[in-house]
Order: sequence, then structure tokens, then C-alpha cells
Amino acid sequence: MRAVVTVIGKDTVGILAMVSGICAGANANVEEVTQSVLQDYFAMIMIVDISKLNCEFSEFQSRMAANELGMTIHVMHEDIFNSMHRI
Amino acid sequence: MLNMKDIMETITMIQEEHLDVRTITMGISLLDCFDNDIKVSCQKVYDKICREAEHLVKTGCDIEQLYGIPIINKRISVTPIAMLAGASGGDPVEYAKALDRAAHEVGVNFLGGYSALVQKGFAPGDRALIESIPEALAVTERVCSSVNVGSTRAGINMDAVALMGRIIREAAEKTADRQCIGAAKLVVFCNAVEDNPFMAGAFHGPGEPGTVINVGVSGPGVVRSALAKAGPDCDLTEVADIIKKTAFKVTRMGQLVGAEASKRLGVPFGIVDLSLAPTPAVGDSVAHILEAIGLSTCGSCGTTAALAMLNDAVKKGGVMASSNVGGLSGAFIPVSEDAGMIAAAEQGILTLEKLEAMTAVCSVGLDMIVIPGETPAEVISGIIADEAAIGMVNSKTTAVRLIPAIGRQEGDILDFGGLLGYGPVMKVNTASPAVMINRGGRIPAPLQSLKN
Repeated sequence: MRAVVTVIGKDTVGILAMVSGICAGANANVEEVTQSVLQDYFAMIMIVDISKLNCEFSEFQSRMAANELGMTIHVMHEDIFNSMHRI
Repeated sequence: MLNMKDIMETITMIQEEHLDVRTITMGISLLDCFDNDIKVSCQKVYDKICREAEHLVKTGCDIEQLYGIPIINKRISVTPIAMLAGASGGDPVEYAKALDRAAHEVGVNFLGGYSALVQKGFAPGDRALIESIPEALAVTERVCSSVNVGSTRAGINMDAVALMGRIIREAAEKTADRQCIGAAKLVVFCNAVEDNPFMAGAFHGPGEPGTVINVGVSGPGVVRSALAKAGPDCDLTEVADIIKKTAFKVTRMGQLVGAEASKRLGVPFGIVDLSLAPTPAVGDSVAHILEAIGLSTCGSCGTTAALAMLNDAVKKGGVMASSNVGGLSGAFIPVSEDAGMIAAAEQGILTLEKLEAMTAVCSVGLDMIVIPGETPAEVISGIIADEAAIGMVNSKTTAVRLIPAIGRQEGDILDFGGLLGYGPVMKVNTASPAVMINRGGRIPAPLQSLKN
């Protein structure tokens, strides 16, 4: 089971470290990362394996949402993207 | 593989364009709750709903969180209560109270099925139920009611049409201190469908399985924004294509959510209803789609053609995206629930007559229209008869949900709040059809050949 983590916000030091820190804390393995910085804005998409989470999925989501850098982070199950964009 | 563009498109749809699953509706058959004693019957109804739908709301919330897609409503539809009232006798309002208690207990915001199907005539229980509707909607909060008065195969029951004109007025009068909300929970249908997940017209038809999950999708904002991105230069063939592709994506959400809910609840998955259901929120309006297609204001000449194309394209895109499509499936045009429709009605460009023409080509009918408080019952019956005739002749579902604004005139406003929105009181042609309406009887079913 995999989830897609999207991170959007103003670029600053330590975003990747912070997000991967939350993943590590919840035992979510990061499988893929793509990121880009457009002018001042930082956008990152991560695909993480959530089958061995050591906490509830909702807990993982709220830790991301309450991140200390004030980034907008969404964690969504990958099926929603697969079903929308694949026949 | 997933790519960044697709992921960002989905997130934008949800975050900025109001993409959501409008409702997960659990249909529950009450055919095994019949009893000669109305008290026992009501208790069985309450128990069965609480048992079957115990986990409905929680499951909906869990799925919402897992996929990150809002599921706005969790609702229940039940077997038309007139069938139970026929068996048990007694005051049908007792059933309404039991349904309302059950709805509060399981946490759904609406429960539909305080209904009667009388397209060909009144069976035992039907007339008593219909007469009790104003009282039932006044003393309950979450119960919704519908009456089917006609069908393509049966014709139109004009006795029921005459009766419903009066019932709609009474429903509004009894709740005049609460923005006439009673009438907003009452729909009169022609060709009602048995698996509709949308309120207020949802009921669980007698041909449906014991328990079933139906899903209603939404997404007018997504379609409008896809059209806005394409700009004014593409021709209407391309416009139809864009709508189709967008409807496909929107419906896939419904399919995913419905399948997951069905699996978690251990209940068969019924249908996805491919409807573009607007909300009063800015950017979630069907009228604004029509305006993005190129009308200056919804209600101008050309509106019916644009709506016909929109409605058809939504179905074509949605059918491919789901294994079982049903319900009402099309574009909804509820005036008070659609920011663009409200604005057009306030300007006087969108009129009742234009809305009637629009209902000939779109999903449902004259929906959430506020009319002057003194509109006579016969005129309301006349509107119902016209709308039912459109449905009967065109083999489609049509409906009427009018709210007589008691004590208010044209130009005033009725504000329901929430998803029901607010609406200006619209002008109604009050020339009287009373003699025709009071004749009663039945309009015979139309010929199905020699079509012209």
C-alpha cells in the first residue's frame, strides 16, 4: 500500500529533511521523490510505502499537516490518482 | 506510473475546484418490517436502520481521510413508507418520527423514503401518507419525502397532481416560521428512479436488493475550470470533448469511493449517479459552466442547447468510468443551490418558463424554486402537470420541488442556509388552470411509436 505525499509552500532550508523525518518516525519508507522550486515556491511529491506504518494512517496525516515549517502537505492513498488517470 | 502533472491535477481539482463525492447513500429495504401494529412496525423500522447503517458515517469519514477526497453527505434511503403504512394502518407520521430518530442515531443528515408511488392510482396507505406529508415534514428534521405522480408507461395521475398542489402549500405553511423548509424536503416526480442517491427524492425502490450502496458524484467547478483553461477559441465539438474527459475523471472518484465503501460495509455496490450537482459555494455552479461555454447569463437564448450538450457529454464521459451507472445521472439545475442560477434569477434573466424548457433536456426538473406565497394550489398543480408531461412524453425523470414563500412576494428572498442555499422569489404566471386540475382522472400513457 502506497501513499502520495505532496508538499507545497515557500522555499526554505530543511523541508526535505523535515518531511522525511516525519516519514521515518512513522516507519513509512520513501520510494520516490520529485521536487522542483519555481521562483520562491517549493513543490515536492513523494511516494511512500505505508504498509508498515507504526501508527494510524490518520495520525501520519495529521503529523504532516501540523508540520513545523507551515508547508501545505497532503497525504493521499495512491489509488485515487491511479483510478482517476488510468483506465 | 504516476506523474507529477496528474498528481497536481487531482490535488487542484480537490483543493481549488470543489471536487467532491456529493453523497454515499445506503438504500435499505424495509419490506421485512411490516406489522399489523404500527407501533411494532415503527420499532422494527428504527431497529433495522440503526443496525444496517451503524457504521455508514464512520466508514464514509474513514474513506474521506484515506483518499483525501471530501464526501459531503452520508445518507439513507428506504422503501416507500406508504407500503408499510398500507399494511399497518394508523397515523403515518409515526413512521416519520421513527425515521427521524434513526437518522439522528446513525448520524446521517437526510433520510429519504417518506414516499408514495401513485402514478396509476392510490393503493391502501398512499392517500393517508400523502395527506400526512406536511405534518411529517414539520415535526421531523431529517426526513425527506417524494411522490411519483406519473410515468411514461402509466400516464399521469391527475388526482394526485391536484392533491400535491395543496400538499406543497401546506408543507410550506406549516413551516412558515422556518423559511418554509418543509416544501424544500418534498419532491413530486414523474418517472422516479428507484436507485437515486440524491435528496430530497431518494427512496429505495421495491425492485432493489436488501441493502445497497449508491454514490452521487459532483464537480461542476472542475468542468467549469477545464472549459476556462481551454479558452473561448475551441469549437463546440471540442467543448463537448473536454466535458466528457472531465466527467470521466470525476466519475472515477465516485466509482473508487463506492467500491471501497461497499467492501468495508459488506453491502453490494449499486450505482454511481453521474450528476453535476452544484452547491451555493462560489465556483461550484452549473450556471457558470453554461456561461463558460459562452452565454452572457444563464437563462439567455441558447441556454437549452448548451445544457443539452452538457448533460449528454457528462453521461458519455461518466458511463465509461463506472461499472454501473444509474440514478438521475445528468446536470442538476436547482436554483437556490447554484450561485450562478441565483444571480441570473435575481436579474430576471432566468425565468420559470426558461427553466421549464431546460428541464426537457437535463437531468431532473424544476428544483428548489421559490415562488410567491400566495400562489394558489391549482397553479402549483398546473406546474406539476406540465413538468410531469415533459417527463412522460420524453421518457425521462422530471421533478418539481417548489417552495411557496408564505408571506413573501416576488423580489423577496428565502434563505435556507447550508447546502440548500437561498433563492429569490420568482414570478409565476397565475392565470388559473383550476377547472382542468379539478377534473381529476388520468392523462393516458403516451404512444411509444409515431415519434415526432
